[in-house]
Amino acid sequence: MGAVRSGSLARYIGTRLLLAIPMVWILLTMVFVLMRVAPGDPVSAALGARLSADQLAERRAAAGFDAPILQQYWDFLGHIVRLDFGRTLTDNRPVTDIIVENGGATLTLTLAAVILAVLFGLPMGLHAGRRRDKPDDIVIRLFGILTFAAPVFFVGLLFQLFFGKALGWLPTSGQASPVVQATVETKTHILLLDTIIAGDGEATGDVLKHLVLPAVTLGLLTLGVLVRMTRVNVIQTLGSDYVESARARGIPDRTVVVRHALRNALVPVITVMGLQAALLLGGAVLTEQTFNWPGIGNQLVDYLNNRDYTAVQGIITFFALVVVLISLLIDIINALVDPRIRY
Amino acid sequence: MTVLDVRGLRVWYGSSRGPVRAVDGVDLAIGAGEVVGLVGESGSGKSTLGKGLLGLLPDGAQMDGDVTLRGEPVDARELRRRRGSEVGLVFQEPMTRLDPLMRISEHFTELLKVHDPGVSKAQREKRALAALRDVGIPPSRYQQYPHEFSGGMRQRIMVALTLVLRPALVIADEPTTALDVLVEGQILAMLSELRVTYQMALLLITHDLGVVAETCDRVAVMYAGRIVEQGDVRTVFRDPSHPYTRELLRSTISLATSELHSIGGAPPDLVDPPSGCRFHPRCPDVMPICSSQDPLTSRLADGRRVECWLRGSRVDAR
Amino acid sequence: MAGRFRRTLATVRSTGAVPRWLLYIGGATVLVFTLVALAAPLIAPYDFDQYRSDGTRFPKLGHPSGDHPFGTTVQSLDVLSRVIWGARTALEVVVLAVVFSLIIGVALGLISGFVGGWLDRVLVLLMDALFAFPYLLLAIVLSFLLSDAIGSGVVTTALAITVVYVPQYFRVVRGSTMSARELPYVEAARVIGAKPRTIIVRYLLANVVQSVPVVATLNAGDAILTLAGLGFLGYGIQPTEAAEWGYDLQRAVSDANAGIWWTALYPGLAITVLVVALTILGEGLNEVLNPTLRRRRAFAFLLPGRSASTQAPVLAAKEPR
Repeated sequence: MGAVRSGSLARYIGTRLLLAIPMVWILLTMVFVLMRVAPGDPVSAALGARLSADQLAERRAAAGFDAPILQQYWDFLGHIVRLDFGRTLTDNRPVTDIIVENGGATLTLTLAAVILAVLFGLPMGLHAGRRRDKPDDIVIRLFGILTFAAPVFFVGLLFQLFFGKALGWLPTSGQASPVVQATVETKTHILLLDTIIAGDGEATGDVLKHLVLPAVTLGLLTLGVLVRMTRVNVIQTLGSDYVESARARGIPDRTVVVRHALRNALVPVITVMGLQAALLLGGAVLTEQTFNWPGIGNQLVDYLNNRDYTAVQGIITFFALVVVLISLLIDIINALVDPRIRY
Repeated sequence: MTVLDVRGLRVWYGSSRGPVRAVDGVDLAIGAGEVVGLVGESGSGKSTLGKGLLGLLPDGAQMDGDVTLRGEPVDARELRRRRGSEVGLVFQEPMTRLDPLMRISEHFTELLKVHDPGVSKAQREKRALAALRDVGIPPSRYQQYPHEFSGGMRQRIMVALTLVLRPALVIADEPTTALDVLVEGQILAMLSELRVTYQMALLLITHDLGVVAETCDRVAVMYAGRIVEQGDVRTVFRDPSHPYTRELLRSTISLATSELHSIGGAPPDLVDPPSGCRFHPRCPDVMPICSSQDPLTSRLADGRRVECWLRGSRVDAR
Repeated sequence: MAGRFRRTLATVRSTGAVPRWLLYIGGATVLVFTLVALAAPLIAPYDFDQYRSDGTRFPKLGHPSGDHPFGTTVQSLDVLSRVIWGARTALEVVVLAVVFSLIIGVALGLISGFVGGWLDRVLVLLMDALFAFPYLLLAIVLSFLLSDAIGSGVVTTALAITVVYVPQYFRVVRGSTMSARELPYVEAARVIGAKPRTIIVRYLLANVVQSVPVVATLNAGDAILTLAGLGFLGYGIQPTEAAEWGYDLQRAVSDANAGIWWTALYPGLAITVLVVALTILGEGLNEVLNPTLRRRRAFAFLLPGRSASTQAPVLAAKEPR
């Protein structure tokens, strides 16, 4: 029996993976078409002012821009399959390097934000759902709406003004103090891990301090959505027949709420949070910009400003793949939680 | 011995037009091992009464009255505390009653852990499997999820989940309405058989008089939040003494029925029920007093209790 | 029409007090912002790019004061005026973006739902891909490309934002169309040889009328955030073209590092308050228009003493017990 069950789970995951392929293909095609329909020549747009005509032609050939468009498309897909996101035009750097070097900072920021959001958002949403239309529910709902409605960069600026400037408690810019940046040896490209590996407690503290404001800022954005989703779904499951039955069997309130109502409410919440990955990545770009956080989003904005098409194309492609990957993960998690999906 | 004794029970809940008197002064007693059928039209308050006996009330509902459970007076709080262990409830719609994320085994483990915390894992499993066997679910399906079972199977599981704690009283609220006729028969036969094995009293809420005739010892007829007639099933069905019971019996289809009969008028508004006897606007035997004064509760010689002015003359002191 | 309106009003009254008040407050706030945007030339003390008056230059980063209640920026612009003019820009962009995406989304949804087949499948895949894409990035890339192609400005920015919201309308309309085709009475009409189109169109209208106001209101709030996000990253309205809150906040980052708060606070508050208002208006509309979300209010009452209700006192005395 166990074999049958895990077999169907494997089959589900297999099907889901196969379904992801056309999605990835469409996303890649979309990125490619978007970047090519733009008029003008990307190479001159990026470097026109700096290089001679010959040099520009040479760069164009190196970047493959002189090939027929279908050839370019085919090459683009072929490179992505080998996880090659191309090279930047302006500083001729592999986009993969950007992802590796700056990805750690983005990963640290987004993970910390998600952890904060789940840690506070779930209990808040649960409480609000249980106390529907009572004063605390209304306060929590308004808070949820507020965190969604306030632009991340505005929240970030307010935090900087209050905790950074007025109180002087926390640093407002960068991932660590310059000293720490310079001294800690890079091993994992995740600064927090590097300081821990180096056994430098002071440096770890410094990095954590720098992380607080950006992570809370980005976390609040996710928190609002999480609170609202949890609340709505808990209200639904609390009114469900199986919850009433559990109560009729004398299962204590706490168990009914947590094991039956909350657990069932989480299935749709997880799905929606998967869709929110797109929101989170967008928010990360803005947060990184606000706090001068050295992540991929920060790099993206720099390359956008330099009109570096290939860098933008590479980074956007990477983000698109991350979104597909997250939605895949979410579906697998849901299949593990909810037996009905697996069949 | 009386398992449950209810006197003057009321369950009201609020609405935009004022309180709805879903249950409004009900007296009902159920003896040990007895099967009592509670019948009435939809909206007569029978489901509210069933749930009220477990303290399962909708938001903003209020309940009062004297309830005695196995000789001990209990309030709503105490009723909630005795849910499952002393009073069990089997609901109408089985498809959505099991937690879709939990295996059948997990439902039993949770339940037994709550009510008998000291029992070992092996002991728990033994009890669960025994209860499942009694309702006809093979042990091979113990680890499966609810969605792998049909409606009839799920209702059997719900019954097993109710019986495994051996409650003194089980309330079954239209347990077969959502199922097809064949399964209905099986479940009802199973319930009346298990009632003996598990030595429990059964309050069977239904609108199907045929089911009552087949399975119950006594019947209580509910109309507009009150029990208008209760007594031995055969006596009541042979010679109904309340006009409503009579009309209800006439409107059921049987082999002997040659034409359909229905009771004129609509069930009364429970926010603003008719004055006096609540059935008077629809009653074929209505008398002037019926609309002005509440009928007396009369006890007939055969032990029946009737709430009707027609029987007022035959009142005997208890 | 009048009947429909009365029914809607009746549902507004029958929903709980909280959603009703949210609806009122949200609606009133949105109305105030709209009026401010429309009357910006009358209300704003100065132009959005005005840095001097009567020959004297405004102070640079001046504290809020009598002349400039919200202070001035590093470019000596009056913050209050920029906030007021910013409302106008936001209104223009958001109305354009919502109308564009409504038209495109509804058209594509109808085509997809009616024509079906491979066209439907392709459109669904495309829309799913668009929906999955990090939408801020999509808007950034689009306005980046569009500004190279047709220059920047209100229309360009609105177009970039439009693409983000098309999939949502597409889904709503496609879904309604699909289910309309399956309706029993449409089937019945087909069987007796009547043209099902009128019925479908009516059903669709009823459905769209129910869901579109909600989606549009929530999208409008979202679009304001996207617009501000674009401005914050330097890809929205350019400072010479109009006042834009996101751009002002970008300029305020360096001010914040110097401890100057007024350049960030007011435009940020304007965005936040407007988006909150749109969100609660959308949620309130949702509760009114979607009956499934509503719940019966719990009405309080007092359970009277037992004798009063169960038995008339006179008879109670005679009760044989």
